[in-house]
Amino acid sequence: MSTLTPGKHVLPAGPTVKGKLSRDDIMMRAGMVIIALYLLVTLAFPLYTMLSKSFSTYRFELSQYEFQVSDETGAFGGAIIDGAALNLRSAAYGDSELNTGSDGRLGVTKLFPDFSFRSPVRYQVRNSVAGGRFLVGSTLNDSIDWLELDSNTFRRVQLRPVKSTGFDNFINYFSTPALFNSIKNSLWISVLSTLITVSIAFWFAYALNRSCMRYKGFFRLVAMAPLLVPSLLPGIALVYLFGNQGMLKELLFGASIYGPIGIVIGSVFFTFPHAFLIISTALAISDSRLYEAATSLRATRWRTFWTVTIPGARYGLISAAFVVFNLVITDFGLPKVIGGQFNVLAVDIYKQVIGQQNFEMGAVVSVVLVVPAIFAFAIDRLVQSKQVALLTSRSVPFQPQVDLKFDRIFLAFCSLIALFIIGILAVCQYAALIKFWPYDLSLSLNNYQFDKMDGGGWRSYFNSIRMALFTAVVGTSIVFFGAYLVEKSNGFRTGRAIFQMIAMLPMAIPGMVLGLAYIFFFNNPANPLNPIYGTMAILVMVSVTHFYTVSHLTAVTALKQMDREFESVSASLKQPTLKLFSRVTVPVCLPSVLDISIYLFVNAMTTVSAVVFLYSPKTTLASVAVLNMDDAGDIAPAAAMGMMIFYTNAAARILHLLASKGILRRTQAWRAR
Amino acid sequence: MIQSTSGQLKSIPTDTRETDPASAPYLSIANLWKAFGAFLALKDISLDIHEGEFVCFLGPSGCGKTTLLRAIAGLDLQTRGSVLQGGLDVSNLPPSERDFGIVFQSYALFPNLTIEKNIAFGLENSGRNKSEIVARVAELLELVGLPEQGRKYPAQLSGGQQQRIALARAIATKPGLLLLDEPLSALDAKVRVHLRHEIKELQRKLGVTTVMVTHDQEEALSMADRIVVMNEGVIEQIGSPTEIYRAPANLFVADFIGEMNQIAASVAADGRLQVGEKSFACLDHNFAAGTAVVAAIRPEDVIPHQTGHVAGEGEENCIDVLLDEMEFLGSFWRCHLRNERFGVSGLIADFSVNAIRRLALERGQTMTVELPDSRLMAFARPEAQG
Repeated sequence: MSTLTPGKHVLPAGPTVKGKLSRDDIMMRAGMVIIALYLLVTLAFPLYTMLSKSFSTYRFELSQYEFQVSDETGAFGGAIIDGAALNLRSAAYGDSELNTGSDGRLGVTKLFPDFSFRSPVRYQVRNSVAGGRFLVGSTLNDSIDWLELDSNTFRRVQLRPVKSTGFDNFINYFSTPALFNSIKNSLWISVLSTLITVSIAFWFAYALNRSCMRYKGFFRLVAMAPLLVPSLLPGIALVYLFGNQGMLKELLFGASIYGPIGIVIGSVFFTFPHAFLIISTALAISDSRLYEAATSLRATRWRTFWTVTIPGARYGLISAAFVVFNLVITDFGLPKVIGGQFNVLAVDIYKQVIGQQNFEMGAVVSVVLVVPAIFAFAIDRLVQSKQVALLTSRSVPFQPQVDLKFDRIFLAFCSLIALFIIGILAVCQYAALIKFWPYDLSLSLNNYQFDKMDGGGWRSYFNSIRMALFTAVVGTSIVFFGAYLVEKSNGFRTGRAIFQMIAMLPMAIPGMVLGLAYIFFFNNPANPLNPIYGTMAILVMVSVTHFYTVSHLTAVTALKQMDREFESVSASLKQPTLKLFSRVTVPVCLPSVLDISIYLFVNAMTTVSAVVFLYSPKTTLASVAVLNMDDAGDIAPAAAMGMMIFYTNAAARILHLLASKGILRRTQAWRAR
Repeated sequence: MIQSTSGQLKSIPTDTRETDPASAPYLSIANLWKAFGAFLALKDISLDIHEGEFVCFLGPSGCGKTTLLRAIAGLDLQTRGSVLQGGLDVSNLPPSERDFGIVFQSYALFPNLTIEKNIAFGLENSGRNKSEIVARVAELLELVGLPEQGRKYPAQLSGGQQQRIALARAIATKPGLLLLDEPLSALDAKVRVHLRHEIKELQRKLGVTTVMVTHDQEEALSMADRIVVMNEGVIEQIGSPTEIYRAPANLFVADFIGEMNQIAASVAADGRLQVGEKSFACLDHNFAAGTAVVAAIRPEDVIPHQTGHVAGEGEENCIDVLLDEMEFLGSFWRCHLRNERFGVSGLIADFSVNAIRRLALERGQTMTVELPDSRLMAFARPEAQG
């Protein structure tokens, strides 16, 4: 009798019930707005500023100025001529010479072939259009009134460029082979490094997960070591090994380590742990039932490998490949140290900005670099979202069988990889301790007298530690609180979705690009946040933002494991959400909170690319000091500083481990049944 | 007493305690709609619940029962319609400004807090001093029968114990309304039956108005004062457990609750139900002659007779069947009876072990069964199949 026709049920017209917000709702929304604002200020606005910079062109518009020259008595009777006509007559500047950057200045005396600063001739100059600008010394003149100057002052007149918007910078970029060749270089270096790293990492992870080889714990530890050093450290080791005076130079048969070879070897070193971790996770979740099925079907080991193992790990492999690709193509430190004349995109940004002060072109290269990085990132996200589906609660973990022959082969292979990793680090340490390679091999601590070198001395080191600590504390708070708000607040769906998207963005943005974007955004005197430029605060800010995504994902994963109804229960008991957050959420998620903080610390210690544009003489950093000392030819001290970073990070890791264990024992008693 | 929008109900006397129709309901839900995009999860739900009542929302998964509970709690606001609690319009209030305690299927106990701290969670910042809180926690632990467990962590308790703690936490602040969202579904069968009884006892003792969501009919039948049967976002029937079981309002309820034989039939001119050339008397239906209906009877209402049994006074609904299959289910036998009139699925009847022995029934024999006219029901045929 009440099986009603569906047509009867139509939502009646009328206003949708709008919930009254509780105090907690309001607070959580306010919190989310604050963190979203933080991300806007530290990420979206700077990137937008950079993007608009890349489309800004500056050119001296000579036709906007008018000149008049007096006779020898100082009386003006001659013709008024505009700058363009003068240039046509004197042929002082070619057309392309009139293109410039935002800081461009153009002297005017070249327009007057018979100019002499001792001449009694006087000059008049004015902007013929409103808004035109020229400098006399450092005084800006933007009126259209005539300004009369003696010849000695006239030589201090400098024209300022006019800004316009368009694709000119990009056209300029792609018509300069020296620049766009870097795209090709960057791409093939990255592809090659990816292929090598992923292959090695796969077999290494395979050996650790699927064989009964010995010393697995040791190999796992060694595989993680490259995470603790700046990416440019392997470059320094390679210089000692294969450089012009290298120990093993002969092994290269005359080829030079400075260039693609060095970059690829170094990239394999510093991307190896990333690839290993991802692939290892993929191999660890295998289901032994599939292998039992394969065995019962009498499949050969080879066939099982290709039909069970590889398909099971394929998402891990693809994900690892894109992560490695992204790391290599966006890395700046390594190609800077060992790239020689081989240009890649990330170094181009540095050269354009630091070397040539051409910020607009730096922005253009940044935009070019972001494209493959975002592409790689997007594919990685897509693949990782599929990885999860492979896990089922009914899977039976795979137990490897002893096979002496295979285990021995794997042991040999892993030893070789471990030798490579330890070797690179050992060479750096050795280089740091000898007096003067290769002439005086006696040991000394001279190279640790950083105060005598470029780069800021020991203060850089302590600055780095301070910066890393701040990043860990501030970053963890922001990231975890932000993730909590996104995960656990009610309603406000669109806002939360946008927040999630912004939180994903930093991973796709190379550090160099972020750093450059910060210059554009924060170095603008009109920006109220300008005062933080050149301080520790901006370094912490850029580091937190640069490493936001991984931290955010860790926090979200931990929060997702919390019962969804905790907030409902707390609300029904009329308790503030903040109480729940501090009494339950944070304590339960403490292991993840600690993981996030050590991740931020280690990365803040090693990062070069994000901070290289932003440090000031007072806030020099250890990782940047490595770069600068290497640049100045002090390679041994650079190695010494690099190893200091390594030991600091290793110590931090150990401390983190001990602290985690201690805190877990105290606060996580409830985990024990 | 009962307002249902989804059709008039059969007038059946209530056999549970009467709630005074004159008194205002404690919880009053009026014309509630919930839309998720284009999907309507709740369609024009209206329902009154009186103070001290234990009401179950029962229905298959996806019927909207949990959505309705969450709307009452303010956890997911309805799209249209109003909720009045204790005479107060709470339609758009956030959960923290409503008066209820809630227990979830997952218990949602805070894993890092001891049992005591879990229960005390809602008592803090409520004007009670420490010793009052301690006393109240002890009282609650006593009430749920776990007085010794206060210092343990939730993970150290069994599922049933955890659920009792969740219950204690929910009633700690003496809320006017207790909401239970499938509280027993995560437990194993034995514990479930035991806890069913305990929750009901506790509710009776405290007199707290309680709404429980469940998909388990046994749970609903054994615990509720009234059951709200829901399907696809509408209320199919509201009534006491016996009403719902004995007099289902429609075929959905008949089919969802308990077992029900269904036989295609039509209403003859004399009001009897025509199945093939055989007609059966049915006391209680008001379908017009010629209507296509479904005749229905519960397996336990089928009465077994010896073969060749001569129908006596009031025993006219007899029919000969083949005893095709017998399943022993402990206290009774489930028998599959064949007669071409009943279609391929035949008729299912539950005969007591006694009856089987007395009549010496064996598989493969023919026998006579009676479908008592007071137990035979008629329902409108669902359009989709009709």
